[in-house]
Amino acid sequence: MTSLPALLSQPRLRRRACGLLLLLCLLGLIPIQRSIDQRSESNREVAEVLFLPSGKVLRQLSLGYEGLLADLYWTRVVQYFGRKGLAHSSEFKLLGPLLQITTDLDPHLVIAYRFGSIFLADKPPRGAGQPLEALALLHRGIVANPDYWRFWEDVGFVYYWDLKDYAAAARAFQAGSERPGAMEWMRALAAKVAAQGGELATSRFLWSEIARQAGNDQIRKNAEDHLMALQATEEIGKLAEVVALYNSRQERPARSFQTLVAAGYLRALPRDPSGKPYILDPGGRVRLSPRSSVDLSLLQ
Amino acid sequence: MRVATIAVHTFKESVRQKVLYNLVAFALLLIGASVLFGSISVGVEQIILITLGLSSISAFGLLIAIFIGIDLVSKEIEHRTIYNILSKPVTRVEFILGKYLGLLLTLLVNTAIMTVGFYGALFYQKRALGPGDLVFLGAVYFILLQLAIVVGIAMVFSCISTPVLSAVYTFCIYVIGNFSADLRTFGQGTQSALLGTMSDALYYLLPNFADFNVISQVAHSQSMPGYLWLGNSCYALLYITVLLGLAIIIFEEREFR
Amino acid sequence: MIMLALETIELTKDYRLGFWRNRTKRALDRLTLKVEAGEVFGLLGPNGAGKTTTLKLLFRLIFPTSGTARILGKQLDDLSVRFRVAYLPENPAFYDHLTAQEFLSYVASLFGLRAAEQRRRPGELIDQLGLSASRNVPLRKFSKGMIQRLGIAQALINDPDVLFLDEPMSGLDPLGRREVREVILRLKERGKTVFFSTHILSDAETLCDRVAVLHHGRLQGCGELNTILRLGVSTTELVLEGPSAEVMAELTPYASSVIRTGERVRLEMPEENEVQRALEIILRGKTKLISVNPVKRSLEDYFLQKVGEAE
Repeated sequence: MTSLPALLSQPRLRRRACGLLLLLCLLGLIPIQRSIDQRSESNREVAEVLFLPSGKVLRQLSLGYEGLLADLYWTRVVQYFGRKGLAHSSEFKLLGPLLQITTDLDPHLVIAYRFGSIFLADKPPRGAGQPLEALALLHRGIVANPDYWRFWEDVGFVYYWDLKDYAAAARAFQAGSERPGAMEWMRALAAKVAAQGGELATSRFLWSEIARQAGNDQIRKNAEDHLMALQATEEIGKLAEVVALYNSRQERPARSFQTLVAAGYLRALPRDPSGKPYILDPGGRVRLSPRSSVDLSLLQ
Repeated sequence: MRVATIAVHTFKESVRQKVLYNLVAFALLLIGASVLFGSISVGVEQIILITLGLSSISAFGLLIAIFIGIDLVSKEIEHRTIYNILSKPVTRVEFILGKYLGLLLTLLVNTAIMTVGFYGALFYQKRALGPGDLVFLGAVYFILLQLAIVVGIAMVFSCISTPVLSAVYTFCIYVIGNFSADLRTFGQGTQSALLGTMSDALYYLLPNFADFNVISQVAHSQSMPGYLWLGNSCYALLYITVLLGLAIIIFEEREFR
Repeated sequence: MIMLALETIELTKDYRLGFWRNRTKRALDRLTLKVEAGEVFGLLGPNGAGKTTTLKLLFRLIFPTSGTARILGKQLDDLSVRFRVAYLPENPAFYDHLTAQEFLSYVASLFGLRAAEQRRRPGELIDQLGLSASRNVPLRKFSKGMIQRLGIAQALINDPDVLFLDEPMSGLDPLGRREVREVILRLKERGKTVFFSTHILSDAETLCDRVAVLHHGRLQGCGELNTILRLGVSTTELVLEGPSAEVMAELTPYASSVIRTGERVRLEMPEENEVQRALEIILRGKTKLISVNPVKRSLEDYFLQKVGEAE
C-alpha cells in the first residue's frame, strides 16, 4: 500500500487529487449560497427597492440599458407578486414602487401596465386592492402609448369591476373604441355598460368578450374565472329558488339535491361550471363543493 | 517563505504603477464631493455620503483590482521576466500564490486609504464619530471580499488570455455576478426545464455578489444581518480557493515557448 | 567519483502546430549527451537548431515529449537542485522598475540566503561585473550590455556549481564579450561547470573543453571542437601586399580564390603541400607577405557538409 506522500509526489495523481478538491469546494458553495438565500428572502427587495432613487434617475444611470433593466424589474414584480401570493399575504406594499420603476425605465413595456393594473386592482388576497393606483398606472401607460387602445379596455374594467362606476366605465370603453385599430365590440361594450351597468348579463358579456379575444393566456384565464364565478352565482341563485319552492311545498326540508332529483324538481344532480357538484348544506343553503375550482371571491 | 517574498515584490511593483494613484485620488475626490451633494437635499446628507462614499470605494476598488489583476501573470509572460523567476527554486504554485497575495495586499492598502478618507468626510459632516459608525467597516470588509474574488478571476484570465480580453471578461463576470439572482429568476420563469436547470447551474457557478452589497442597508442605518458575516466569509474563502486552484492548474501546464 | 553535471537521455520535444494541432514539429530529437563536472561545455548550432529548447527543457519552462535528463544526478522536477545551479536566458528581461541592487536582493531572497548574505552578495557581484556606477539606476535605463552583465550577476548570486547560459555573448560589444569570457574562465578555475549555447564558433574555440553540435534538433557530433570540425581539406590563406604581375601569374594557377582589396591580395590555396611552393615563389619575387593562416571553417561549412553527407 503506497503511502500518501508517495502518492502526492506523482504529478498526475497530485493533479487529479487537486482537481477533485477544487470540485468539492465548488460544490461546497451551493449549500452556503442556499442558506444565505433562505435567510435573506424577505430582506432582499426591501433593501433594494425602498432605497432606490426614482425610476427616472435609475433610467439616466442605466447608460442605455433601460430596456434590460425594465425587464429585470418586471421579473422582480412577478416574483414579488408570486411570493406574496404564495404566502397568502394581504400586503403588497412594494408593488406600486416596483411598477413605477419598471414603467419609468421602459414606458413602452405594455405588459407591465396591463398585468400591473390587474395585480394592483384585484382585492386581497389576490391582489393589492388599490384600484386607484391601478388607474394611475394605466393612465401613465396611455400617455406613453396613446395608440394602444387596450389600455382603455383595462381602465374601463377597473371602473366597472372594482369601483362600480358604470358611467366612467362606459366613457372609457367609448374612448377606447375611438382609437385606431380598436375592435368593434368596444363600442358595443360602451353602449351596453352605459345602459345596463350593474347587471349580471352585462358583466357576462364583458368577460366573455375579453375571454374571446384576449391575446394572452393569462388574461383569458382571468376572464374565464370571472365568467365561471358569474355563472355559478346565477346558478346558485336559481338552485336556491328551487330549494325554497320544494321546502315550501313539502313538509321536511330537502337534505340533498338527490331528494330534489327524485322528486322531479331537478333533471339531474347540478354541477358547477367547473364540473363539480353543488352541495346543499345542513342549513339549507346552496354551496360549492370544496373541490370546486370556481372562485366566488372574485365577485366581491 | 518564498510566497511572502513574491507577494511583497508584487505589492511594491503595483504600488509604483501610476494608474493606482489616479484612481485613489479620484476616489478620495468623489468622497469629498459627496459631502457637498448631501447639502443640496435636506435631511439625507448622511445617507448620500455613506452611499456615495462606500460605492466609490467599491467601484474604484473594482477598477484597481481589474487593472492590476489582468497584468499579474500575463505581463510576466509577455516581458519574459518569468523565465528568470521560474528557473529559481520557486514552484509554480508559490508563484501564483505570491502574486495573488501581493495584489491582495495592494488592494487592502488602497481600500484602507479610501476608507480613511471616507471616515474623514463623515467626521467633517457629523462633527463627531461614534461606535455606531464602526458598522461601515463591515461594509468595507464585504467590499474587500468581493474584490478578492474579482482579483482571483482576473488572475485566472491573466493566465490564459491577453490583458485587454481579461479585463473585459472579468468586468462582465462582475456585472453578471451582481444580477445572478435575477438571471436565475429569468431561467426559472421560462417553461423549459433545460433552461431552468442551466440557469440554476450558472447561479451557483458564477460568483454571487448581490449578498455582499450591504451599502443601502448600512446607509439607512439598518443593521447587517448576522448570518452574512459567516456566510459571506465562507463563500468568499471557498470561491477564492477554487479560483486559485484553477489558476494553478492552468499555470502548471503552461509552456513558455 | 566524478559526478555528471548534466546528463540527457533521448530528450525529445515535439511541438504541435497548425490550427487543429495536427502537424508536429520536432524541435529536439533524442538528445543524448553527458557533461562532466568542472568542464566548460558549449552547445553549438545555428539559430533554430534547438539550443534554447534544450535549456528551457532543463529548467522546466517547457516539458519534454519523451526522454529524461538529470542535473547533478537529480531529476528535472526536483527543485532542490535549483539551489546549486543557475540559468541565464537568451536576451534576458528583468523587472524594469527595480534598481540593480534591488533586483539582486530580490533574487537573493528567493534563494533563502541569510539576511547578511542578502545584503552583501548583490553589492559584491555588482562590483565584480563592473556595474558599480549603476547600482541604484532603474533597470529600464540599462543598456543591453549592462543587462547581460546583470544577468550573469543574478546567475552567480547563489554561487552555483553549474551555470546554464543561453547565448551569453549576444549583443555585447568586444569589451563586454571579453569580460564574459573572463568570468567563465574564472568560474572554470574555481571548479564550476559552465554549459553555454552559442552560434559563434570563435567563442566556443577559446572557452570550451568539449562541444556538442546541434542542427535541426539533432545532435551532429560531440567531443573536442577540433576533433569534430577537422574534417577533410584544410585550406590555407595567404595575404600579400603589392605583388608583381609575374608573381601573380605564377601563383594564380594554385589558388582556388584570389581577392584584391586595394594593394592587398588574398589567396586561398587548397593544397597544403603547394603552400610551400607558393611561399618560395613569394620570397623569390620579394613580395611583401602579410600573413599565412589556415582558413577557419565556419560552422555553416560544417553543417553544409553534414547535410550534404546526409543526403
